Amino acid sequence: MTKSADRTPKIDVRVTQIVDVTSEIKRFRFEPTDGKPLPVFAGGAHVVVEMEDGDTLRRNPYSLMSSPGATDAYNISVRRDPGGRGGSMFMHDRVTVGSLLRLSHPVNLFPIDRRARKHLLFAGGIGITPTLAMMSELARYGDAFELNYAVRSENDGAYLDQLRNTYGKRVSIYRDDQGEQIPLTTLLAAQPLGTHLYVCGPGGMMNWVLSTAEGLGWPAQNLHSERFLAPPSGSPYEVRLAASDLSIKVGPHQSMLEAIEAAGVDAPYLCRGGACGQCETRVVSFDGDLLHNDHYLTDDEHAGGQKVMPCVSRFEGRELVLDR
Amino acid sequence: MTIEFNTETFRGDFTYHNSPEAIARFPFPFHEDKYMYSVNIEPHISFRPGSVYEHPFDVDEHYVSEVADRALVLNEDPLRSQSLPHMNLAGWDLLELLMTNFSQSYPQWFELHQDGDRWHWINRPLGIDDTFTFLDNTTLPYGPMEYIMRQTQGDYALLDQRDDNLWMDAGVITTQADWSLDFDIGMNFMEWHGPVPLAHELGVFDRALKFLLNLRQGQPVRRLNWTMTVHPRLDTSPENYAKWGVDRATVTPENAGEYMYLRVELQSLWRLPRSNAIVFPIRCYLISLQDLVTIPKWGRRLHRVLRDLPDELADYKGLTMTRPSVLQYLSQFDDGAQTSAGTFPD
Repeated sequence: MTKSADRTPKIDVRVTQIVDVTSEIKRFRFEPTDGKPLPVFAGGAHVVVEMEDGDTLRRNPYSLMSSPGATDAYNISVRRDPGGRGGSMFMHDRVTVGSLLRLSHPVNLFPIDRRARKHLLFAGGIGITPTLAMMSELARYGDAFELNYAVRSENDGAYLDQLRNTYGKRVSIYRDDQGEQIPLTTLLAAQPLGTHLYVCGPGGMMNWVLSTAEGLGWPAQNLHSERFLAPPSGSPYEVRLAASDLSIKVGPHQSMLEAIEAAGVDAPYLCRGGACGQCETRVVSFDGDLLHNDHYLTDDEHAGGQKVMPCVSRFEGRELVLDR
Repeated sequence: MTIEFNTETFRGDFTYHNSPEAIARFPFPFHEDKYMYSVNIEPHISFRPGSVYEHPFDVDEHYVSEVADRALVLNEDPLRSQSLPHMNLAGWDLLELLMTNFSQSYPQWFELHQDGDRWHWINRPLGIDDTFTFLDNTTLPYGPMEYIMRQTQGDYALLDQRDDNLWMDAGVITTQADWSLDFDIGMNFMEWHGPVPLAHELGVFDRALKFLLNLRQGQPVRRLNWTMTVHPRLDTSPENYAKWGVDRATVTPENAGEYMYLRVELQSLWRLPRSNAIVFPIRCYLISLQDLVTIPKWGRRLHRVLRDLPDELADYKGLTMTRPSVLQYLSQFDDGAQTSAGTFPD
């Protein structure tokens, strides 16, 4: 285990296997270089993978899809996203068997609720990754669950055969190119009291599932979701870091957090996706517009202009001064 | 480290005693001559060999006798150990955490052998030699939390994380400073801290909760809390108030050195891997005032802290009745001289 510039403990791993799961998705197997057992985790957890891409230090969160009890290796699956900021492209095109990477300890912002009488899982596309780990755990403890998994087509669907073979009737697969659609309202109305719902997939699908459930009277506490929110790109801008007495430039495809880190300033973070609140930063002053892209601050806090989440939010205007 | 375990009592004849080593390593909590609440959390990393901070879970000369006192409390009052059904997995997480750390920190006393799910645990000080199947409750004589807690010093609360809050859904609480697991079980972070004066207005709990919700595996934190107790009684529970409350009326300036104990809680907070719960150990250390004042800096500082403590805090900590006698006793050891910063002896 080593300490990185951000002072949180990291796990050094070697890539020992890469599998083409579909034309767009690759699975990577990580094993610890020191041979010690990897930390156990709970289904729904992710790790932040550190990749040195030339001058750029990338830190991308990926859900752990392997069985939570397995301590010899971790598995993640990555969808190649040419329109993204390059992290998935780096994983697909530059990482090979034998590559060395560093991982954070597992972090879980999408845990199973152990009070539930039944767990109703929804996954879309690459959102199947945390769901696989959750099902492995639920099956291990004998909990009742069902999965509804939406994919573009049989060929584009990851792990379809594995799911059918392992979980049988507990899995329903909906292939878009066959016109198959999740009968959401019927499904939700048929669940016993005490069922908890979990959804992970494209934003539109998640909004649909959550808003339908809310509309049918499901309590908010029974609804769990994890959004894979990558930092959006935008025009470059400058930021003054008052506490560090530095001015930094934020590139078009670089998040404010990444720019702060690149300047050698230690900024707290956890999920790097606008959800957890750990990177919350005080805005000393600004002359322009704060572009809030997070799911953490309240509407009032967004309007108040005193806080910003640098992992995903941006700025447009003449001057932004942060307390960092 | 080779130490003898004390044979001592924390009730009745109160034969509890601290060796000179125990006095020197006592976790004195005051770094300055006054006290106010703060989110005084720091990383729980190893520090100062020989101190209570050297190992993640400190086992000291009081281990065997404390465990025996806990067994007495649990036999008298089973409601001191409770676990809501969804917390069973957290109990296994805790068992693993303590067994791996005890065996790594003190291999002369504890051994853990793991063959897949078949575990073999040896606890020499308590004469325990058990094999069991990890995650299988039927292979242990108690639930996993109670099983390992019956071999542990300090109270442990297991907090479920959900709905942006923490919920006290399990624990073993037998050495508490006047709070009740049976009353608090099922409450959330703000609810169980309800009675604490002043801290809510200071925003201490809002910040603490936000921080704890993001507590990470592999990065435990710690803090100190404190109060005072008459006689070295571990079980100062609301359930037994009738037994110990009256002791406060028996303290005089003449006997305060012998009767009054500074009670310090070394608290830590750990993220548990399988359940994603948080475990909150509250490890209790006791020192009599007459032992404490053998460290001159501590005698001076404690006098000043207690003298200037706001009344609301003194009331909440149960010090009101004994404070005058304590102050009169301690004033003998406060010559007004400057004290150094930090908690450790000069």
